[in-house]
Amino acid sequence: MSIDELADMVRNLLAEYVVNVEVGKDLVHVEVKEENVIEAAKRMKEAGFDHVKDVTAIDYPKEGIIKIIYHLSSYSKKELSRYVVGLGYSIPRDKNSVPSLYGVWTSADFQEREVYEGFGIVFEGHPDLRPLLLAPTVAELKPLRKDFIVKEEPIFKK
Amino acid sequence: MSARISGISGKVGFNDLKQLPGFWTRKLGKDLYEVFIGPQHPGSGHMRIIIRVDGDVIVEADPDMGYVHRTMEKLGEGREWIKGIPLYERMAIHDACNVTLPYVEAVEKLLGIEPPLRAKYLRVLLCEINRIAAFLYGFGIFGVFVGHSTMYMWPFGDREVWVELADWLTGARLTHSYPIFGGVRRDAPEGFTDSLRKAIRYMRKRLEEYRKIYVDNPVIRARLEDVGVIPRNLAIELGITGPNLRASGVEYDVRYNAPYEVYDELDFEIPVFQEGDSLARVWQRVEEIKQSLHILEQVADWLDKHKGEQIMHDRFWKTAPPLYKKVFQETGRVKLVPVFALLKVPKGKAYARAETARGEISYYVESNGANKPYRVRIVSASARNAIVFKYILPGHRVMDLPTIYGSIDYFPPEGDR
Repeated sequence: MSIDELADMVRNLLAEYVVNVEVGKDLVHVEVKEENVIEAAKRMKEAGFDHVKDVTAIDYPKEGIIKIIYHLSSYSKKELSRYVVGLGYSIPRDKNSVPSLYGVWTSADFQEREVYEGFGIVFEGHPDLRPLLLAPTVAELKPLRKDFIVKEEPIFKK
Repeated sequence: MSARISGISGKVGFNDLKQLPGFWTRKLGKDLYEVFIGPQHPGSGHMRIIIRVDGDVIVEADPDMGYVHRTMEKLGEGREWIKGIPLYERMAIHDACNVTLPYVEAVEKLLGIEPPLRAKYLRVLLCEINRIAAFLYGFGIFGVFVGHSTMYMWPFGDREVWVELADWLTGARLTHSYPIFGGVRRDAPEGFTDSLRKAIRYMRKRLEEYRKIYVDNPVIRARLEDVGVIPRNLAIELGITGPNLRASGVEYDVRYNAPYEVYDELDFEIPVFQEGDSLARVWQRVEEIKQSLHILEQVADWLDKHKGEQIMHDRFWKTAPPLYKKVFQETGRVKLVPVFALLKVPKGKAYARAETARGEISYYVESNGANKPYRVRIVSASARNAIVFKYILPGHRVMDLPTIYGSIDYFPPEGDR
């Protein structure tokens, strides 16, 4: 299966949910609307995308949005395992709750916790949402957002 | 949402310590205790597992990671592209080439360049050397977990062979920073492939001795067999990766399913076990070392046949001052050309993955055209395997914990990133 065939397959599969499809090198990125993401995820899982490789969020302060992306692939279907499909959606930066896909993919369990601690986005329906790597006090600062700037200390103090 | 365990309640002075630090227990109810294992526990490394036990049967387990979290993703956003290489290899210093390779590949995808063939072979060479060394490291740690001190000494001694080879090839025992955008940093020195072949012969002999003393040892087998079984469907659902996945009967290896570098030109097998228990995971690694040795033989033959070929992409190589080229011709060493310091990567997003010793590592790299990455998302193999403890430990006895923990080959610095 070539990457364009995969892109067509995903486009047909998600049909009415698709907002935009981008084809990159070894990566197909599908944009859906937030309210459709659970249904879209269920369809993807039925089609053979059986696990989440990573869940990530990207902050775009200029546009005022945060993109949440689930990178999916397959262990059980060899032809799908060649590529990675990114299932993503955008939310306004001040919105802090989105639906959890833990119910669809158990492998999203720890990954959603990581996005929660880095960006302060609450995944509704996640059974055990708490910081994974960071201390709770650090997680409150939403350190992976772009407006959190790491101050580097000079080596020699003036 | 269960309550966060906030450590030990009340003030504990030095004199009223009733238990050893690092192994606290708390009574939750009749026969139900909460046991904190780690992070200073010699068995768990820099990680804590909080388990709730009924008698000595684990009823709930909560892997508590993050004790060696170094904020790789945030740090990466503030540094120039080239500085990502020495930064990200800190995740698993003894597996440095495998861990940084997908980052380099992702940036190469964005730049639209491909390294010369000899550079690809050299990358595979170091990847496989790293893989063997990392497996031996894991064996040693596992050996000490199950109280088999010979299995601690032997692999750590034999690992030295591979670490020395890597040292000779790259100039550093660990943290090699070997693959760079468009190629590699050094060519293989004269006589390297001969020593490599010697090391391969030695390792084959040693693997047979490991089998006799360890893997087929009835005492070890009694502790490993049918312990920590991960059924195939659960392995897929949890999204675990690497040898742990293949030991559960899933045919998935990035080198085979989504070949990178020159893996599609090499002849090797992907061993798969069906049992999914701790013993199968050990056997899996033994078999994978054999395949890595087989790959290394082919790489050594290829390198001998194609001596003196270019190891750096033209785009960067042609910017090198004459002195740099002279150094390369005389010593085989590529000095980092100055253009890397100001490198700007075209706008776009790339996803790259590689099979490290512990499983798949994936990088999502996004660039906005600046001299620093906009976002780098890294998910390492150990980060994905940590979920196993939550779902597999319940139902086992406390004494099975070191067995399962060791057989998963969890490496906290890699998991925490």
